[in-house]
Amino acid sequence: MKALVLPASGAPGFAAEVSRLAGTDVQACYACGKCSAGCPVSASMDYQPHQIIRLVQLDQKDEVLSASAFWLCASCVTCSVRCPREVKLAQVMDALREISRRSGVAAGQPRIAAFYGSFLDLVRSGGRLHELGMTAMYKLRSRDLFGDIDLGVKLMLRGKLKLIPGRIKGRHHVAGIFRRVREHEAGEGGKR
Amino acid sequence: MRVYSYYPGCSLEGTAKEYDYSLRALAPLLGMQLVEIHDWSCCGSSAAHATSHRLALALAARNLNLAADMPGGARDILVPCAMCYNRLKVTSAELAADSGLRSAVESDLGDKWRGAAITAKALPEVLLGDIGVDAVAQAVVQPLEGLRVASYYGCLLVRPPEYTGFDDPESPKSMDELVRATGATPVDWPHKVECCGGGLSITNRELVAGLVADILGAARDAGADVIVTACPMCQANLDTRQGLAGKTRGTDFGLPVLYITQLLGLACGLSAASLSFQSHLVSVAPLLEKVRQLGRARQAAGGEGC
Repeated sequence: MKALVLPASGAPGFAAEVSRLAGTDVQACYACGKCSAGCPVSASMDYQPHQIIRLVQLDQKDEVLSASAFWLCASCVTCSVRCPREVKLAQVMDALREISRRSGVAAGQPRIAAFYGSFLDLVRSGGRLHELGMTAMYKLRSRDLFGDIDLGVKLMLRGKLKLIPGRIKGRHHVAGIFRRVREHEAGEGGKR
Repeated sequence: MRVYSYYPGCSLEGTAKEYDYSLRALAPLLGMQLVEIHDWSCCGSSAAHATSHRLALALAARNLNLAADMPGGARDILVPCAMCYNRLKVTSAELAADSGLRSAVESDLGDKWRGAAITAKALPEVLLGDIGVDAVAQAVVQPLEGLRVASYYGCLLVRPPEYTGFDDPESPKSMDELVRATGATPVDWPHKVECCGGGLSITNRELVAGLVADILGAARDAGADVIVTACPMCQANLDTRQGLAGKTRGTDFGLPVLYITQLLGLACGLSAASLSFQSHLVSVAPLLEKVRQLGRARQAAGGEGC
């Protein structure tokens, strides 16, 4: 866990951008730390959840986006439920991952970013997730080639990994959704 | 018969196929008819909401639209997967509350939003709220008296409560009531809603093994014979990471992790084969043997039961 040193300046507008995308007001946080106390993965985070919120409040975009904390967030939503100030922290963590991806900065947890990317690529091409295909793509991207091979064999033997991806008729519609969302994001990026 | 549109979700075609098989076998016994949504697609899951708010809404909205188009006009979708359920609920609520988001999603869909009248329902919600615990109890032909069951809810069935709402986010009871309807004893334990880290199971094994070990340890300390869940990520994680979790604590937990539909199916007299117990990693055989022994003991004592 890092000590939080309050800086002099930041990236003006970052806190507002995060609040808008997350649909919650990060400035409402008074840093009680209840989110961090109940977070199941906080022990593995560099900054604690309430520290991430404080950095966001202070527009510390670079420091926040280089952190691993929001990538490790397991989206369990315990923090949001317990926050006495009704800050939706889980949605803030989502917003930070989205801003990180769209800014093109290196992810603080490259494997997790590779997992999400592999998952979505498979959905874009087939309309549904093909678990085996997703796992193969993830392993190539993350270079985690040999982890869980034994587990994969066990699942295969139990018929739990479909070999052939099932493709739905609407896969072109699903691919179109991806295309339109990405086009919209590219347009927004140009306006910034 | 109550008719539901059925949205299985991707996991139920693969790692959670036991959940699909056992639910389809159980449904007619409880007066439910499931009509699979035509050409459904992935809800987007964590990968979408963790990386693009609009993509997450549009992917889920496509399926709510398809449910609205179903002939027969069932307004309720039964969504067995806790993740899919959560995504569909969040999407319905966000689109109902924000007309700006609605038009953004319509532009991403290239289609009108037609899902406003559709309600996604979780499995415990349907069984308790629509079917009723008495009807479930009446369908039981092999009471599971003597069996101690830890109901594990995890995250997505109960959080955030403003969207899920059918059970308490800190101390849920719905699955415990279903367990009681089978004649089994729901154990009181502290980890009902602790996150198992399922979303990180592939990417961060060691971290997840610790969370899984905590949950399994708490269930064992409460004297549970078995854990039941209604979430494919939780089941897969507690089952497939149980070996690694045991290693980190120098123990063999040996705790089978069943879908609630498998436990209910067992009590309602469905065969082990139709409930797909053979596809679990942690063997269910000792549990089935215990159920048989308890049944024999009950018969020898002249108690009721079949």
